[in-house]
Amino acid sequence: MPVMTIAEALREGIREEMRRDPTVFCLGEDIGIPGGFGGAFTVTLGLSDEFGHDRILDTPISEIGIAGVAIGAAMTGMRPIADVQYGDFLFCMMDQLANQAAKMTYMSGGTVKVPLVMRAPVGSTRRGSQHAQSLEAFFTHIPGLKVLAPSTAYDAKGLLKSAIRDENPVLIFEHKLLYGSKGGRSEKGALTAVGEVPDGDYVVPIGKGIVRRAGKDVTIVGKLLTVYRALGAADELAQEGIEAEVIDPRTLIPLDKEIILESVRKTGRLVVVEEDNITHGWGAEIAAMVAEEAFFYLDAPIKRVAAPDTPPPFAPPMEEFYVPSVARVVAAVKSLF
Amino acid sequence: MTVATRENESRTDLLNLYREMLLIRRFEERCNALFLQGKIPSTLHLYIGQEAVAVGVCAALRPDDYVLGTHRPHGHALAKGVTPHSIMAELYGKVTGCCKAKGGSMHVGDMSVGMFPAIAIVGANAPIATGAALSAKMRGSGQVVVAFFGEGGSNEGAVHEAMNMAAIWRLPVLFVCENNLYGASTPVNQIVAVENVADRAVAYGMPGVIVEGNDVVAVREATRTAVERARAGEGPTLIECKTYRLCGHSRSDACNYRTREEEAEWRDKEPLTWLARVLIEERQLATPSDLERIEAEVEAVMLEAIAFAEESPEPKPEDALLHVFWEDK
Repeated sequence: MPVMTIAEALREGIREEMRRDPTVFCLGEDIGIPGGFGGAFTVTLGLSDEFGHDRILDTPISEIGIAGVAIGAAMTGMRPIADVQYGDFLFCMMDQLANQAAKMTYMSGGTVKVPLVMRAPVGSTRRGSQHAQSLEAFFTHIPGLKVLAPSTAYDAKGLLKSAIRDENPVLIFEHKLLYGSKGGRSEKGALTAVGEVPDGDYVVPIGKGIVRRAGKDVTIVGKLLTVYRALGAADELAQEGIEAEVIDPRTLIPLDKEIILESVRKTGRLVVVEEDNITHGWGAEIAAMVAEEAFFYLDAPIKRVAAPDTPPPFAPPMEEFYVPSVARVVAAVKSLF
Repeated sequence: MTVATRENESRTDLLNLYREMLLIRRFEERCNALFLQGKIPSTLHLYIGQEAVAVGVCAALRPDDYVLGTHRPHGHALAKGVTPHSIMAELYGKVTGCCKAKGGSMHVGDMSVGMFPAIAIVGANAPIATGAALSAKMRGSGQVVVAFFGEGGSNEGAVHEAMNMAAIWRLPVLFVCENNLYGASTPVNQIVAVENVADRAVAYGMPGVIVEGNDVVAVREATRTAVERARAGEGPTLIECKTYRLCGHSRSDACNYRTREEEAEWRDKEPLTWLARVLIEERQLATPSDLERIEAEVEAVMLEAIAFAEESPEPKPEDALLHVFWEDK
């Protein structure tokens, strides 16, 4: 089976879907310019050679326009995949996403659909505060959007295909340190998140989480890069006799609550790890859900490991302090015993 | 300013335009009364005074062309062919409404007749219209898309991005600015430094056309030219229709920011008066009794629409949970 990076797996997913369905097209900044980057992290590199510049459509720097164009095209028979250079730029197009895409099906009484995909890189990577945020939680709070967070190459391709075939607006968050982008677009500190990806068609269903590592003593829930921090922590904890179960929900909306609850009922302990700011965050939502639905199975308080309530800092020592590390996850788990 | 010749239009044609404008006028007047009687729970932004824009533009479109309205959308929807029954039922909050009571006044639409659910965030419909036009071009459907917005909406960044993208890709979209002189209470000369919104078109590389917006024939003529250009693959046009909102911005507006003299001046040249003058005095194609007959026909439609809305069932409270996602039926 071929081994691919996440960037390569996404590219193959887009390629296969564009071959399968003529209504699928990509739009975004710097995605198909000859001699350019193939998107900020090389996901669309080379696709314009096969599909031309009408279907790999380079746009002006106009985030409101990109989102609006994707919505209008999706409402009239196309299936756009919009490329957002950095997740932070989603704020520029917030009205289009929150007021338009998310609400169109609802406020039309279910008479119109908006089958669009929007892909956005997140994660703090030495770029300072405006190219670094982990924004997933903002969008999980807007009814009408589906939110995906693939952390492996297999899931990236399979979830992307599900998203393209879905009839709703779907946001896919991708972590910069997991892409495995090469050449000039490679990232310092990146993980080599390569994995086996089958040739040809398969999908990963939206709304299904996965157990990344089985264990009986504590449940650690992470997403994107923090799945790997959780796995690193689980390795260290195993040395000390603590068997951690690591859950990767893969889809944030709709959430596979049962996979988390089932694990907590078994382990009695929960740590949620995320790269976003801690207050009012995704981790708080997972903690609340478990407190409501599995309180009597808990043997210890629920712990959150997240970024502090500051913008992402630039300098490497501060950035390392800001982003949840393996050591912080280990410490959080040990505080429960 | 383009002024249409009024020599080629037939009696039937002009009477049809009159009827369509009257339908909107009487619909809006009925809405106002029903709101005051407490029968319509929805807030209202009435289209009274601007009927020539929606009717003139839509008269130049194909049934499968798309229109994107604003927070003041009843006129756009009626002109594009959404039934008065389904709009009235929507305003009453009934399940037979065009949005199944999920939308209310500011979101009326019906994609089966080319009317997008109206978009009540000012200017936000423009990029969506550009996207629909891109889709029409990619699918080779020959459809044209119209985005309506006001002179107030013309200052939104979304409109700027939408017009630039439409121009660089030569998309079949018309940006129709209904300059009714006030954005809520704020007069146009405080928010636009150029004389005409259409003057901005040159900066995008598209034609900018200024039209007497209360003259339905002139609006239709200007739209036809822009539609031909769009269908021929030559790209978008910005059409500015000079008009006037005869009522307040919304139901609670007493219009203390403008003079009664100004209102009287515009009332004298409002779209129905204008066309009646053409029909009866200038071209002598119709008599007052022809217009009275149309009045009676429209009145009958209104009574039917109101009865339909009043007799329709209310949604169940828990229907609020439906339609968040497409599969939530």
